[in-house]
Amino acid sequence: MTTTDERAVRAEHDREAALATLAVVRRKRLSRRLVVTIGLVVVAVAACLAALSVGDLTVSPLQVLLTLTGGGDDVSRLVLLEFRLPRLAVDLSVGVAFGLAGAMFQSVLRNPLASPDIIGVSQGASVGAVAVLLVAGVSGPLVPVGALVGAAAVAGLNLALAWRGGVSGYRFVLCGIALAFVASSILNYFLTRTDSRAAQGALTWIAGSTISATYADFWPVLVVVVVLLPAVLWLDRRLGLLEMGDQTAEALGVSALRTRLVAVLCGVVLAAVATAAAGPVAFVALISGPVARRLAGDGHPALPQAALVGMSLMALADLAAQYVLPDAQVPVGIVTGIIGGPYLVWLLATGSRRRSA
Amino acid sequence: MSAPASPAQATDPTDPGQVPALRRAPLSRKLLMALVLLALLVLACAASLAIGVREVSLPTVWDALWHPVAGNNDISVVREQRVPRTLVGALAGAALAVSGALLQGLTRNPIADPGLLGVNAGSSLAVIVAITVFGLGDLDAFVWFAYAGAAIAAALVYGVASTGWEGATPVRLALVGAAATAMMTSLITLVLLTSREALEQYRFWSVGSLNARGVGTVLLVLAPLVVGMVAALSATRFLNATALGDDLARGLGQNIAVGRTLVIVGAVLLAGSATALAGPVAFVGLMVPHAVRALIGPDYRWVVPLSALGGPVLLLLADVVGRVLVRPSELEAGIVVAVLGAPALIALVRRSKAVSM
Amino acid sequence: MSATDTVAARDGAEVPSLVAHGVSLAYDKQRIVHELDLDIEPGQVTVIVGGNGCGKSTLLKGLGRLLRPDGGRVELGEQDITTMSSRAVAVLLGLLPQSPIAPEGITVGDLVARGRYPHQGMFTRHSSTDDQIVAQALADTGTADLADRRVEELSGGQRQRVWIAMALAQQPKVLLLDEPTTYLDVCHQVELLDLLADLNQRTGTTVVMVLHDLNLAARYADRLVVMRQGRLLCQGTPRDVLTPATLQEAFGLEALVVDDPVTGDPMMVPVSSRRRPRS
Repeated sequence: MTTTDERAVRAEHDREAALATLAVVRRKRLSRRLVVTIGLVVVAVAACLAALSVGDLTVSPLQVLLTLTGGGDDVSRLVLLEFRLPRLAVDLSVGVAFGLAGAMFQSVLRNPLASPDIIGVSQGASVGAVAVLLVAGVSGPLVPVGALVGAAAVAGLNLALAWRGGVSGYRFVLCGIALAFVASSILNYFLTRTDSRAAQGALTWIAGSTISATYADFWPVLVVVVVLLPAVLWLDRRLGLLEMGDQTAEALGVSALRTRLVAVLCGVVLAAVATAAAGPVAFVALISGPVARRLAGDGHPALPQAALVGMSLMALADLAAQYVLPDAQVPVGIVTGIIGGPYLVWLLATGSRRRSA
Repeated sequence: MSAPASPAQATDPTDPGQVPALRRAPLSRKLLMALVLLALLVLACAASLAIGVREVSLPTVWDALWHPVAGNNDISVVREQRVPRTLVGALAGAALAVSGALLQGLTRNPIADPGLLGVNAGSSLAVIVAITVFGLGDLDAFVWFAYAGAAIAAALVYGVASTGWEGATPVRLALVGAAATAMMTSLITLVLLTSREALEQYRFWSVGSLNARGVGTVLLVLAPLVVGMVAALSATRFLNATALGDDLARGLGQNIAVGRTLVIVGAVLLAGSATALAGPVAFVGLMVPHAVRALIGPDYRWVVPLSALGGPVLLLLADVVGRVLVRPSELEAGIVVAVLGAPALIALVRRSKAVSM
Repeated sequence: MSATDTVAARDGAEVPSLVAHGVSLAYDKQRIVHELDLDIEPGQVTVIVGGNGCGKSTLLKGLGRLLRPDGGRVELGEQDITTMSSRAVAVLLGLLPQSPIAPEGITVGDLVARGRYPHQGMFTRHSSTDDQIVAQALADTGTADLADRRVEELSGGQRQRVWIAMALAQQPKVLLLDEPTTYLDVCHQVELLDLLADLNQRTGTTVVMVLHDLNLAARYADRLVVMRQGRLLCQGTPRDVLTPATLQEAFGLEALVVDDPVTGDPMMVPVSSRRRPRS
């Protein structure tokens, strides 16, 4: 029989021990986050430098920095500022947007396969873009506008159809899939009813390409990312709580309905503008989230890290896309699709090893 | 990674809110649905035989089937074109729907479809190889490549997914399937972008059409298709048990490994046969089993046979609509089917009671 | 000792009342709870009991604002709970649902710290007061030595205690718990209920919980609420409520009620038709 005094002493001891462990846990978690974040920034910066210096004309990294800060010779200014920088800017902004959109969808739908192409945003954008390319027969600035209209139409329709006093993830995903199939059918119709040269052009867009990217493709994505940044920060913590179940989240003071709605809207808008700028680049939205989570390793959605993973991935893949084939550039989406496959399998393999340990 | 959202995730017997989902449709309702679907199937077959660019009256169709007279144009159209076409539609539709039912049951995921195992992408990649490497251009010649591609892709996906101590769990299957599909799609796009000849031939095959397959093709795939159907029917008890979770299924005396293998072999044989017959037709495998479950409940002893009736109805009706819509030209069934089926799926989803994420 | 007191003791803030006025609750038009009136005594331990499917978990969800009443209203501190913001409710009222989900990879310390969420602003970081409270919650639930473990590595019983710790870290004035003793062995069940009783005594926190074990319910409840088919059958002190007649009516169970040899509370002993006294 322990006396109350003994119990009080033991409780006090436990509390002190818990306090110490908590400090260690927090320090470990924060330092791991910091290391991961810094590491990702380093990778992203390195990818940027590589993307800017490698090419038909090699510009040394030093020269790159000089040129970016206003110096440099005329040739490197032309190559960097007119050709390589706009393309890189599109890569980075699109990577951020896809990374965030995918991580949000996966968190809010509690489904590791959730991404913009599951809910029809990618297909809607493709139909819009291909309609402009093939039916109207024009290219240039109208193509992203068409893509945006297509994505917005599918996403809006999806939300309207799935809304019944709230968005249930199940209804949202299934309606999205149904709409995605309809959009694919229309896309197939366009592709089979045109001559094969035009179809090939459309196919390049559908694969996701930044070959002809300009600053005009970059600004809209940047503006949307910056405008939505507060919402992303607002969501970062709430999504983590929502992952514990609607009821637990509500009990902790998080409105499940509002959080989910904001996340879905942000995700749709980010995915739509990114797709409009570069086409539906495969896999970036799907793997950025899980990779960031795995790296941070603390059971949190890790939205900022997902954005960093997305941009590094885009920059590196687009660099590789220029050298996959000896005589031609391939769309960046082909590279992300091919490297994404083994990567996902690797994630799976390491995941199960830890669980079995 | 967390499991894909499944409406049956938290089944708590003490929570009365769960009860409606578990309620089963009475036998009379199932029988009625079976009879309705059977009647619709007969109607769809009749429509498929009679309607087209050349209208043929039903008595003439009857004569063509049972008392053919040589030299009559109507009769030869029916016998030489519409009978094979209707057969292809009926068999491919049934195969796709049953394959989808098997995979949805196995993965406990209502959005699974035959494409899940990489079957469609595998077939497509093999057809690309047939076109570019072997220089084949005949649709009938694609049959074996489509088959082989489906089998290799599924074996690969299943093989990779089953490494690890826990075996090919539904989540692992879904993720590996998605990864494999994305990789193969990227490779396909890469080839199509570099070879216009390949695109020219591939795009018509890839849409999915019931046309242009002779009775010979039907006979070729008949044996694997029948084996697949037998596997499907014998796996229904396993699917009912596995719906309750692997542990409970094991407790009910099911051998998980044998059951899974049976389901996957059946699903691949069926999906491969369908792709060989009609190209990679999407949506049928997703929608039909989903609709059937919504109408008669989750008992797979009924879901599988009723899907086998519903699949042909949807695919044949899509084909007939495609013949009528843009006369004298035609729309491929693969294009029409999603446009026709999506509104029905969305209506079902909106009606459903599932409210969780 | 003083640190314990400052963390645990309340600033004397009043414990809000929690009252249900003719509340009906439904899932998709299927009514589970019918026009129920219930006045939860502030500062007391109320235990809701009843047979499977009688609507006790549903009632708890209604009281905790997780389910919107489709008739009547629930008032927390004399304010209609549906008109309050999620966070305003969460500061006053905590609820532990039956099956919460632990995100993969999260540590016990992080999970319990999430209980502090309603007390933190948009940009305020975790403060040292938060740490003290979280440490106290871990110590109280006997999970202090688990703080650096991942939640998915724990046993069912450990996990349950961690979730309770999260609810304690929230420091609500009213704490609702849906079968908190699930997954716990007998020893941990008693420990947990002792802890809740202690919390109630020390800080005056109102505790409302659903329990299956009638004898534990009788021992720890100030008030016992018995439900049957979505309605209130009776309520009162365990002594008043736990009678053979009520047991027969609520559970259809033939049972004797005797005095608990340890505490003198009423204790029920089921009479089974299969097992007769051994000779």
